[in-house]
Amino acid sequence: MNIKINGKESAIESTQVSVAEVLKANGVQTVEMVTVQLNGAFIAKEQLESTLLKENDQVDFLYFMGGGSI
Amino acid sequence: MNFTEEQIERYSRHLILQNVGVEGQQRIMEGKVLVVGAGGLGSPVALYLAAAGVGTIGLIDGDVVDRTNLQRQVIHFTADLNVPKVESAANKIKLINPEVKVNTYKTLLMPDNAFEIINDYDFIIDGTDNFPTKFMVNDACVMAQKPFSHGGILRFEGQTMTYVPGSACYRCVFGGPPPKDAVPSCSQAGVLGSIAGMLGTIQATEALKYLVGTGDLLTNRMLIFDALKMKFREVNFTPNKNCKLCGEHPEIKTLEMEEMPACDLH
Repeated sequence: MNIKINGKESAIESTQVSVAEVLKANGVQTVEMVTVQLNGAFIAKEQLESTLLKENDQVDFLYFMGGGSI
Repeated sequence: MNFTEEQIERYSRHLILQNVGVEGQQRIMEGKVLVVGAGGLGSPVALYLAAAGVGTIGLIDGDVVDRTNLQRQVIHFTADLNVPKVESAANKIKLINPEVKVNTYKTLLMPDNAFEIINDYDFIIDGTDNFPTKFMVNDACVMAQKPFSHGGILRFEGQTMTYVPGSACYRCVFGGPPPKDAVPSCSQAGVLGSIAGMLGTIQATEALKYLVGTGDLLTNRMLIFDALKMKFREVNFTPNKNCKLCGEHPEIKTLEMEEMPACDLH
């Protein structure tokens, strides 16, 4: 299955893969650290485990970044 | 407004810019920008806005200059140790450009003073260092319909987006503050000093573009860079209908701030 992760083409061998699994495989230690879009729409954290990906899906994730002042 | 000889000289590189010119410079000089946090991001923002001739710059920060700040907070000098950051920053602004009016607030932006302060400004810069305040700045700006620039940096990375009324807000993207300790802060994980300059200058540019009324703002998209690889990427989005603040069924009606983690309180 071919999907796009943060804009990059990525081939996945398994056909049953959840958004959460893809995040983990891409170095996201906990889903609390990121916000995730599936095909351009934000997806609730509770749905990351249960949402399975299909061909040509696009996953984008953004880390929280808080620094600035101190 | 008639420019003096000195002003024509000082701002000549803006005046000859097609997208700025006399009118744009005039708008900059009439503009009022509030910089929340006179630290890593606030330093380059305040320096460039002052040099550009922004009419009024507001600085809000409750801290004094600490030795650990000097590696990246370039508006503060070694001689400013223990001086309130707003005072140190205001002094440098005056040295760069005596024409700028500076308002200093040596305090933290809180729900009880936020509206009173931000209402006096055209554009707000979020240069804060903790999530409860970042979300509170967002909520206050969305409620008061004030445009603002979000900025975040960590290690070798930075992210920024601009909000204008009607565009996706910071809460549309991130929902709410992450659980305590789920995300490290700069004081826990470190940050390359120049990253603050890279991100802060983008924020200053957004403020100037907004004041001039030119170009495309970073609305409905997040610009992210990884300076180790020196790659920039953009994530596009639209306002989130499930946003608790500006979505279809808003739950947040009053300005509040979630509890500040103790480790970020210094």
